[in-house]
Amino acid sequence: MSDRNDAREDVRSAMLAAVPSLRAFAISLCGDVDRANDLVQETLLRAWSHLDSFEPGTNMSAWLFTILRNHFRTEYRKRRREVEDADGGYAERLTAPEEQTSHIEFGELREALLKLSADQREALILVGASGFSYEEAAKICDCAIGTIKSRVNRARLRLAEILGIETVPDLAPETPEFPAAASGGRKD
Amino acid sequence: MKADKTKQKKGRLGAEIQHKIGQQLRAMYTDVVNEGVPDRFAELLQRLDKQDQK
Repeated sequence: MSDRNDAREDVRSAMLAAVPSLRAFAISLCGDVDRANDLVQETLLRAWSHLDSFEPGTNMSAWLFTILRNHFRTEYRKRRREVEDADGGYAERLTAPEEQTSHIEFGELREALLKLSADQREALILVGASGFSYEEAAKICDCAIGTIKSRVNRARLRLAEILGIETVPDLAPETPEFPAAASGGRKD
Repeated sequence: MKADKTKQKKGRLGAEIQHKIGQQLRAMYTDVVNEGVPDRFAELLQRLDKQDQK
């Protein structure tokens, strides 16, 4: 039985070791520290109850990122439906600055991140901040490597656009969309 | 063709900003990573582990 205990101890410490980057990923995804902590908690609970689907010897961190990402996606869709009922209060709560006192200097970046599509945001964070390869990121997001690459590229351009333009307040548009500017004027 | 050129120009113009964004993104991320493991998560895993041992 002690072998089994050792194995579980290994799993537990691997999970603990992944917590800091899971939190960073979650905060970047949802822009809200409390909600991010809840996401991480849910992820650990799910992972623990599905330990038999983890293949020993593979990347524990990537496995946990996948669970967190999928959970976030499900929750995000659910919340979006709620928002449509509740008149858009969610978007405001997401960017509410008062609980982010320790990260105030990144406020602008966080807000810009939230303007990206969920696809672009997760791809950019996984590759540009978490340090996953395109291949690993593709696995986590369950899509092709080429798809991840183009999402990361588009996310980078889009962020530059948002942040670059927003430094000139007079030119800052009310809406996050810049129709036609980058697409050569063609719709759909 | 004209559209392609516009796009290219935009890409070049953004190169410096993009470099800065990349750095900021990593800095923001590392900032959270450096906070380490909040107690609640260590306790959670301990609790789960104990539960299983029963």
